[in-house]
Amino acid sequence: MSVTQSSESRGTASGYELVHGSREFGTLRRRLGYYVVPVTGMFLVWYFLYVILAAFAPGFMRISVFGNINVGLCIGLLQFVSTFTIAIGYGRWAPRKFDPLAAKLRLRLEKGRRL
Amino acid sequence: MIGAQVALSQGGQTVGRPAVNIAIFALFVAATLVIAVTASGGNRTTTDYYAGGRAFTGRQNGIAIGGDYLSAASFLGIAGLIALDGYDGFLYSIGFLVGWLLVLLLVAGPLRNTGRYTTADVLDLRLRAVPVRVAAATSTLVVSLFYLLAQMAGAGGLVSLLLGVHSAQGQDATVAVVGLLMIFYVLVGGMKGTTWVQIVKATLLTVGAAVATVWVLDRAGFSLSVLLGHAAAASPAGRAVLGPGLLYGLNTVSKFNFISLSVALVLGTAGLPHVLMRLYTVPDAAQARRSVVWTICLVGVFYVFTLVLGFGAMWLVGAKQIESAPGKENSAVPLLAFHLGGTVFLGLVAAVAFATILAVVAGLTITASASFAHDVYAGVLRRGEADPEDEIRVARTTAVVIGLVAVIGGIYAKDIDVAFLVALAFAVAASANLPSILFSFFWPRFTARGALWSIYGGLISAVGLIIFSPVVSGGSTGLGGAGASLISDPHIDFAFFPLDNPGIVSIPLAFFLGWLGSVTDKNAADSARFARMQVRALTGIGAERGSRG
Repeated sequence: MSVTQSSESRGTASGYELVHGSREFGTLRRRLGYYVVPVTGMFLVWYFLYVILAAFAPGFMRISVFGNINVGLCIGLLQFVSTFTIAIGYGRWAPRKFDPLAAKLRLRLEKGRRL
Repeated sequence: MIGAQVALSQGGQTVGRPAVNIAIFALFVAATLVIAVTASGGNRTTTDYYAGGRAFTGRQNGIAIGGDYLSAASFLGIAGLIALDGYDGFLYSIGFLVGWLLVLLLVAGPLRNTGRYTTADVLDLRLRAVPVRVAAATSTLVVSLFYLLAQMAGAGGLVSLLLGVHSAQGQDATVAVVGLLMIFYVLVGGMKGTTWVQIVKATLLTVGAAVATVWVLDRAGFSLSVLLGHAAAASPAGRAVLGPGLLYGLNTVSKFNFISLSVALVLGTAGLPHVLMRLYTVPDAAQARRSVVWTICLVGVFYVFTLVLGFGAMWLVGAKQIESAPGKENSAVPLLAFHLGGTVFLGLVAAVAFATILAVVAGLTITASASFAHDVYAGVLRRGEADPEDEIRVARTTAVVIGLVAVIGGIYAKDIDVAFLVALAFAVAASANLPSILFSFFWPRFTARGALWSIYGGLISAVGLIIFSPVVSGGSTGLGGAGASLISDPHIDFAFFPLDNPGIVSIPLAFFLGWLGSVTDKNAADSARFARMQVRALTGIGAERGSRG
C-alpha cells in the first residue's frame, strides 16, 4: 500500500502501464471479459424480452401450461432460475479461473515494487 | 417497494392488539440496541466506522446487503401489489432481482479493489479531479435522501395500521422516534453495529416470510395452481390477475411507463450508494463477489415468498378488505398474518416490518454521512489531509443532521406516494451513478469532463423529467400504473413528459453525455491512469485489505 502511494505521489504510473501491457494481464482481462460480457448481454436481452412480452404480448403470457400456471408465470420463474444459475455459476468460476491468476500478478507486482 | 401508498387513516381500523404489537416492537428495539452497542467495539478508525473494519465475511455481508435492500416497502409493497393487481406486482420483483447480476458481474470486484469507502473514491482514483468527487458525493446524497424519505414516509402509514396510532401528531411522534433510534444506531454502532442489525433483521424477515409462505401453501394443499385458482376466484378482476396487464396494460403510455420503470429497476441497483458502500466491509474483492452471490440467493428466495404471500392475501383476505384498510396494499401482508396466525403472528410480522424500516434507514444514514464526511469534508475541504478523528466527528454530526432532516422530511412526506420516491431513487441512481462507474473501469478515453456531464446530466434529467411528469402535476388519478399526482388540482398542469419514470430517457442520456463529454474534451484521457485503474481493479493491488483474509 505504502509503495503504491509513493509511486502515486511521484505522479508516475509506469509500473502499472508495463503490467497493463503485459501478456499475462492481457490474459487476465480477456478471461474475465469473455465471461462477463456475453453473460451480461445475455441476461439483459433475456430480461428485456420478458418485459416486452409482458407489455405487448399479454395474450401469449396467458396461455395455460397446466392448471392455473400460465406461460407468463413460467417465464417469470425462469428469470429467477437464470439469475440464480448465473450468480452461482460465476461464484464458482471466478475462484477457480480468475482469482489465482489475479493473485499471481498481484504478488509479482508487490515483489517487483519492493525491489 | 413500488406502489406502497402511504396510509392516512384518520380513525381507520387497527388489526390485532396494539399492546401486543408494541411489546414485540419494544423487545426487538431493545435487542438490536444491545447488538449495536456490543458489536460496535469502539469504532476508533475511519475504517471501523465506515467499513466495519473490513472484517465481515462474504456470507455475513451478503445477508446484511439483503437486509439493506429488502425495505419494508418491498416486503409489504410488492406482496400488496400482487394481492391487488396480481401478475403485474410480480414483474416488479423480477426487476429488483435481475439488477443484482449487473452488480455481481461488472461492479462488485473492481469497486472493492479501487475504492476505500465510497464510489467517489473510485472516480477519484481514475480521474483525480475535485469537481468529480463533489459531483459523485452530490448524487450519493440525493439518491440516499430520496430513499430515506420514502422509508420515513412509509413508517407513518405502517405505524397507524399496526400500533393504532391514528392521529396526525401521534404519527409524527412515531416518525420522530424512528429517526432518533436510527441516529442512535449509527452513532453508537457505526458500520459494524448497523451491519449486525441488518443481519438480524434480514434473518427475521426471511424466516417470518418463509413461515407465512408455508402456511399459505398448506392451505392450498401445497399446489401453486390451486392457490392461483382460489386467488383468481376471490378477486374482483377474476382470472385477469393471473397474467400481465392489470396495472400496466391500459394503453400505450402505461406500457412504456412499465418499460421505463423496468430499465430503471434493472440498472438502478448497481448505482445505489448504500448497497455499493457495503462492498467495502469485507476483506477483499473475492469476498465482495461472494457477498453479492449470497444477496442474490436471499433476495431471490424472498421474492418467491412474496409471490405466494401476495396471491395468498388476494385469496384469504380479499381485495375489498385490503383496499379499505389504512395503508391499502401495504396492509395486505399484516392482514394475511392476522388471518393465519392471529394477534401474535401479526405482532411478529409487524415488528419485523418495523425493524426493516429502522435498519434500512440506519444503512442509508451511514452512507450519506460517510459520503459527506469522507468525500466533501476530508476529500475536498481538507484536500485529503483530514485527521481521522475529525473525519469521524464530522460523519457523526452529519448523521445527526441527516437523521433530523429525515424526520422532518418524513413528517411532511407522509402524503407522498412511496412508489414515487423509491422509483425516483432507482432512476437517479442508474442515471447519475452507473455510467461514470462503468466508464471508469472499462473505457480508456473517459475524462473528468465526461464524468461531470454524465453525473450532473443524469441527475438533472432524471429529477427534472420527474418534476415535469404526471407524477407531480396534472391531477392524474393513478390509472395505468401511474401514481396519483402530488398536486391533485387538475388545473395546475405543467407535465410535458408523459411517463412516470424517467429511466428510459435519462439513463441512455447519461451514458451518452459521459461519452460526448469525454470525446470532445481537450484534455485527453490519461492512459497511465487508466492502466493503473484496470490493473488495480482486476488484481487488487493497492487495495486496503481487511483483517480476515
